Amino acid sequence: MAEKKNVSRRDFLKTSGIAAGALVGGGIIGGLIGANTRQDGAVPSGGEAGHSGNGEAAVGARGLQFFKNSAEFAVLEQATERIFPEDELGPGAIGLGVPFFIDHQLAGSYGENSREYMQPPFEVGEATQGYQSRLKRNELFRQGLQRMQQEAQSRFDTNFVDLEGEQMDEILTAFQEDEIDMQAATSQFFFRLLRQATLNGAYADPIYGGNQNMEGWRMKGFPGHRPAYINEIESEDFVQMDPHSVGDMLN
Amino acid sequence: MVTTLDKVDVVTVGVGWTGGIIAVECAKEGLKVIGLERGRTRSTEDFSMVHDEYRYAIRYELMQDLSKETITFRNSRGQRALPMRQMGSFLLGEGLGGSGTHWNGQNWRFLPYDFEIKSMTDAKYGANKLPAEYTMQDWGITYDELEPYFDKFEKTAGISGEDKNPFWGQRSADFPTPPMKKTPLLAKFETATSNLGYTPFMMPSANLSEAYENPDGQQINACQYCGFCERFGCEYGAKTSPEITVVPAARETGNYDIRFNANVVEVMKEGDRVTGVRYIDTVTFEEFIQPAEVVVLTSYVLNNAKLLMVSEIGELYDPETGQGTLGKNYAYQILPGASGFFDDQMNVFMGAGALGMTIDDFNGDAFDHGNLDFIHGASLSMTQTGSRPIASNPLPPDTPAWGAEFKKASIENYTRTLSVVGQGASIPHRDNYMTLDGTYKDAYGIPLLQLTYNFTDQDRALHQYVTERATEIMQEMGAKTVIGSNPISDYDIVPYQTTHNTGGTIMGADPETSVVNNFLQHWDMENLFVVGAGNFAHNGGYNPTGTVGALAYRCAEGVIRYSREGGSLV
Repeated sequence: MAEKKNVSRRDFLKTSGIAAGALVGGGIIGGLIGANTRQDGAVPSGGEAGHSGNGEAAVGARGLQFFKNSAEFAVLEQATERIFPEDELGPGAIGLGVPFFIDHQLAGSYGENSREYMQPPFEVGEATQGYQSRLKRNELFRQGLQRMQQEAQSRFDTNFVDLEGEQMDEILTAFQEDEIDMQAATSQFFFRLLRQATLNGAYADPIYGGNQNMEGWRMKGFPGHRPAYINEIESEDFVQMDPHSVGDMLN
Repeated sequence: MVTTLDKVDVVTVGVGWTGGIIAVECAKEGLKVIGLERGRTRSTEDFSMVHDEYRYAIRYELMQDLSKETITFRNSRGQRALPMRQMGSFLLGEGLGGSGTHWNGQNWRFLPYDFEIKSMTDAKYGANKLPAEYTMQDWGITYDELEPYFDKFEKTAGISGEDKNPFWGQRSADFPTPPMKKTPLLAKFETATSNLGYTPFMMPSANLSEAYENPDGQQINACQYCGFCERFGCEYGAKTSPEITVVPAARETGNYDIRFNANVVEVMKEGDRVTGVRYIDTVTFEEFIQPAEVVVLTSYVLNNAKLLMVSEIGELYDPETGQGTLGKNYAYQILPGASGFFDDQMNVFMGAGALGMTIDDFNGDAFDHGNLDFIHGASLSMTQTGSRPIASNPLPPDTPAWGAEFKKASIENYTRTLSVVGQGASIPHRDNYMTLDGTYKDAYGIPLLQLTYNFTDQDRALHQYVTERATEIMQEMGAKTVIGSNPISDYDIVPYQTTHNTGGTIMGADPETSVVNNFLQHWDMENLFVVGAGNFAHNGGYNPTGTVGALAYRCAEGVIRYSREGGSLV
């Protein structure tokens, strides 16, 4: 299938001087992502199945590594879908697997803030001084999603997931504009984190469980992992290319 | 329990560009050199999975682990400094090669004006062009004196470029390799800036246009334009980096060794000399003392200053009195610019970190500042570095930041947006400085470095003026919508801006106003050298690495001469 691994490709380059672009092109098509989808934590999702017609066939067992409560996960699904909705261009957050991406990230070093400075004392600072909360990201997400659910109950007397889209947007906007009280953090900070995590999941390499079937990249016109553009970069025209995952490097 | 090791001739703290250059030059002269690197080893083979925006660019795979060490920050002395808990405004490196591994490769020589900024500004505009709280000063070296060292660094790095810029200093030799490809996107910038009467030229690049063997016999490969440079390492060995050039060359001498996971916490001293360094093995937490005839601080700007502070070497700068030099003249960079939205899709995802064209018509003192309320300026470039989809979501004015409209607009404009960006000079100010924090500590119990920094009126004026020029260029390029950068107000440590931090251990001609002399030798301790962008007395309108490389070669010459003759080199 794919050309030989990177080491041999590089060695060839060194000796021949031929551009790597000449060596690729055949063989690697989508559909490899299933092989890289994480198989662990196979708790069945209680949430909505993906809307995407494309992404599901290639996906192996999918489950939750961080969230324990399917209702909580369902709030995450709907909130991310409002941020990045399905439209005529292609799938939204749910169809791209973004909620699973976020769940997996929250279970790991991202959620645990393991590479961030988390030593006390924690003080409230100026906005220009950045994140000063004692909360880890996964604690912040759990609290934020619970607050969204509470806000749905208090404003509309129903569950967040049962709201109309505009009602969900009203609540998300209230978070964005820092109108919601949260403990040891601001709702604005949580909203920004949620928005960024949604974009991360839509466009990160599919090895992380989002960007299913590279549909995020296809919508955007980004070819993902390509070894080289030396043969295309002088083209006057836009070059359309099928995307590749960095997971190809192992195949 | 501290283990004292055998004495060496030279020890360097950190192994990036400066540590690697000191090592290879000294080792070639027969000096025994040890490099202490707090991070891990790495090489081209470690970058085969590098085309992963999330892991490397968003989650900072190659960057410093802030859980172990960070800095504290405040905008002004009236505020309480708080830790930078997450990386944002600048990205601190870690591991073999340091920032020289994850740089873009834009390689510049600071302008002749930069090195004599105070005397040249005073001569042309009078001594009061800027108020007295702007603490700019001459560097104690001229461009002409530094030229041979610029040339040497460029030959080591194989820099690709063309000598077509009328505003930069005279070169003793042409670039070692020809410029990179002039792509259709760069040609748009070239045409527009030429139409406006400016002088565009290809940006000097450390992503090489062709395979090159440097004078040390090290091979650098040809760039493949894959679009993954900044925040990434190069899987082709085509972006010049310490680990593919000066480090292997130093090792080949047989006089050089690197100790990894070695985090230096103190420079040891006795009387008016340093005796070596104390470090902690970050795996076992064992402590070691590495005695040395000469100690060279070759870590990043912030850590070089911190090590001097915790070791109580030199006099701390006091912003109240203006006395003291250590921590003084911290500077950053001002980033004016403009973005333009176009109708046609463009190959923005292709590129290389230093693939670009530049004009210097508004840099340094290339234009008259007589009627302007600022000095200096910015290089203005359009680069094609490879836009990636997580980070690049360009939005025309009044587009919401999320939801249906956001999705459509960000997807539509991802391949239809170009930017012209200035790298603006940062003139030091009395109130912008570094010291030690009194509250927060690192994983080894050492105080964090404390940074007090804000933008100044000079910065705001420079930003506004150059943004207007960038906007005109983008209009000339034919964009249907052009947005200039928002005016700057207070410095915010959250959004990424640039990893071009400078100052704190500045060089100069006078021990009263500088930390090191023009061989980067410490004024108080003759067998201690401190080298890097911390030596910059202000920050110029370019990326710093080319000038850092030149200073490192100058420093290496000083270490070698000191090892033979001793004494102050000036």
